[in-house]
Amino acid sequence: MKNINILKPNRDNFRSYLYLGTVLISLGIFDVFLRSFFSLNFLSFLPGLLNFLFPFIIGLIGLQMIRLEYSGVKIVDFINKNINNNTFNAGLTLVIIFLTLIAIPPSFNWMIFDANISGNTKEACAATEGACWTYIKVWLRRFMYGMYPNEFHWRINTAFIILISFAFVGFFAKGKFKNYLTFYYAIAYPIIAFLIIYFLISGGSFGLEWVETNAWGGLSLTFIVSFFGLIFCFPLGMIFALGRRSELPVIRYISIGYIEFWRGVPLITVLFMSSVMFPMFLPADTFVDKLVRVVAAIVLFEAAYVAEVIRGGLQALPRGQYDAAKSLGMGYWKMQIFVILPQALKLVIPGIANTFLALVKDTPLIFVVGLSEVVGMLQMAKTNPKWLGYAMEGYIFASILFWAICYAMSRYSQYLELKYKTDR
Amino acid sequence: MTNKSKRILPQILTLVLVVLIFGFFTINAQMNMSNRGIDFGYGFLGQESSFDVQFSLIDYDGSHSYARAYLVGLLNTILVSVLGIIFCTILGVIVGIARLSTNYLIRTTAAWYVEFFRNVPLLLQIFFWYYAALRALPLPENTEPLFGATYLTVKGYYMPGFIWENFDILIYSILAAIISIIVIRSYAKKLQEEKGQQLPVFLISLGLLIVLPALTFITGIVQLEVELPVLKQLSKTSFIYDGGVSVPPELIALVLALSLYTATFVAECVRAGIQGVSKGQKEAAASVGLTPNQILKLVIMPQALRIIIPPTTNQYLNLTKNSSLAAAIAYPDLVLVFAGTALMQTGRAIEIVSITMLTYLTLSLAISLLMNWYNKKIAIKEK
Repeated sequence: MKNINILKPNRDNFRSYLYLGTVLISLGIFDVFLRSFFSLNFLSFLPGLLNFLFPFIIGLIGLQMIRLEYSGVKIVDFINKNINNNTFNAGLTLVIIFLTLIAIPPSFNWMIFDANISGNTKEACAATEGACWTYIKVWLRRFMYGMYPNEFHWRINTAFIILISFAFVGFFAKGKFKNYLTFYYAIAYPIIAFLIIYFLISGGSFGLEWVETNAWGGLSLTFIVSFFGLIFCFPLGMIFALGRRSELPVIRYISIGYIEFWRGVPLITVLFMSSVMFPMFLPADTFVDKLVRVVAAIVLFEAAYVAEVIRGGLQALPRGQYDAAKSLGMGYWKMQIFVILPQALKLVIPGIANTFLALVKDTPLIFVVGLSEVVGMLQMAKTNPKWLGYAMEGYIFASILFWAICYAMSRYSQYLELKYKTDR
Repeated sequence: MTNKSKRILPQILTLVLVVLIFGFFTINAQMNMSNRGIDFGYGFLGQESSFDVQFSLIDYDGSHSYARAYLVGLLNTILVSVLGIIFCTILGVIVGIARLSTNYLIRTTAAWYVEFFRNVPLLLQIFFWYYAALRALPLPENTEPLFGATYLTVKGYYMPGFIWENFDILIYSILAAIISIIVIRSYAKKLQEEKGQQLPVFLISLGLLIVLPALTFITGIVQLEVELPVLKQLSKTSFIYDGGVSVPPELIALVLALSLYTATFVAECVRAGIQGVSKGQKEAAASVGLTPNQILKLVIMPQALRIIIPPTTNQYLNLTKNSSLAAAIAYPDLVLVFAGTALMQTGRAIEIVSITMLTYLTLSLAISLLMNWYNKKIAIKEK
């Protein structure tokens, strides 16, 4: 009875099943390969649907034939375990392999082989069928620095280099300087950063020319906005998280109100508010720069999310920690700073990192107030009459850029999570 | 300092601070408005709006009031959110399960999808679909039909429309089916608890849902006519499809981007939920003698859903809030119609922005209240 099912291999003559199966699978893959890479279709004599499904069918039969547990051949066991453990999975495996094979030639042709990167004008791309990376090359400075004057780009670069080097101070602190690191990062560093950006990028003194914030843009603006967003929303969020856990009802309800309000509205309306409504709330003669208003709006908004994340950490700590701190005679602030917060923050590193990622991904929204970072500059370049029709290249470039930044950030947060993991 | 004043003093200080901030803003706003000669009030809502909206679910044109324009925007926002939620749930569940697949290729593909789509800003994705992907579609006159009678063109997606007769009776029949399903379910639960018998509730429900509406068709009370989209020439080079239902490309791009983006988060929630149910539960259920179907239905899913639903609701809320990005591609949602066009025309920044924010706030708070109630209902009751 067993031998009636010819698709089911048996152990006695597994070799022959294996060879036949392998041949069938290879034939199927080879057929799709020929069809997609060389546009050759040897099976065109078959009727339409059968022709189309032929590689799939013989591939499926082949995979059926080699499916045998503990066959004794290492690679077959590996395949059976990972991509061929039942008919459904075998079918999906084939679909994925075939789709990859079909998608590779056109996308590679478009992105690399038919693409053009030489030249400096649109005419250089006229003859190419593929992507026009010249467009990215020509506009790269705009995508990085916005409308910031070309001759002053060194100022942005220097400012970022100084900022990064100041951020690394913590690694070199030794001995008693280590005790001041929290103070340094929480209070001194934001001030230093603000001064550097104000004097170097904004200019206006020390013989540097004043550059309007309207001219700032591109990736550097993304960095500036998310950087200030990061360093200001963290302490604010911490305050509201503690406020929400406070035993004092007034403080608790104010914190709850604040958090629920900001979490309930979309960022775009907050930015609208900062641009059209906020000036009405200030004395008539005061003028607050657009960028400052935007950063303030983002900080207020993200602080609510940070607060909720930190609250999660605070709630996760066992009561014993609070009781132990109190029994040592610590007051509220001493207990929070030396016992509770260090442990709670450690717990919420992934959550905080996610919030910061969301912040970076939200920066393109500042287009509503007329500031253009990378995505905004893309929109500007796209509508430039000299460079019409290259939207796709721009979006792919920006996606890869943002993906790299966000992916690196999430990897770093995973590293931090492991580094600060303490077993309890 | 006594213990009591230690409690009261910080509260008073905070309250004073908050009152001062709000007072400062109010006084400034009043002064600014009197300087500019604007008076505060919501009376403008009744005035004629005199602007048109491209896409509207209800009857609307320039002669209607601002309040009506607000309603148009709100309905469009709700439409995008509901469509987005439906699609992101379907895709998210599939991808979430795929991430736990035993098949290496499927697992990896799903992981790549999640890693890519959630690390690219949503606005960029919306722009990509709207300006790059959908612009590559053919013009209406060159379009081949998709699924027989629908047309996917650069000007939107054209589908056959349905003209119903006695549509309300159909709705009533569906309602009747739902009510009887609820009754049967509670009866089945009672039967299970008292006698240990099980009714095939799912099959009965499905049957009711199909049979009752079908009856109204068979008896001829409810009738359905299909209106096919027909190519129509507007001018020498401009064609559109007339008749049927047309979905604007803005809506397609928005729903695509929102659901592809949010599905990555939903997928992670689903994965965490399924992984969160310990293996012992499954083994225990199997050793009690439940069938695989019963294990999934009675043991795994109730526990997994308890983990999945709260974060997923959060994602739905995020999707609703993110739908406000519609303004970037000129889909007439609440933000574009009301906080954009209406604000530009009336100049009433404070009123309009506050109404817009309050609308979103109400939506969010309502959903989170609902979720808290549900959470409490399904929480494990510890003794």
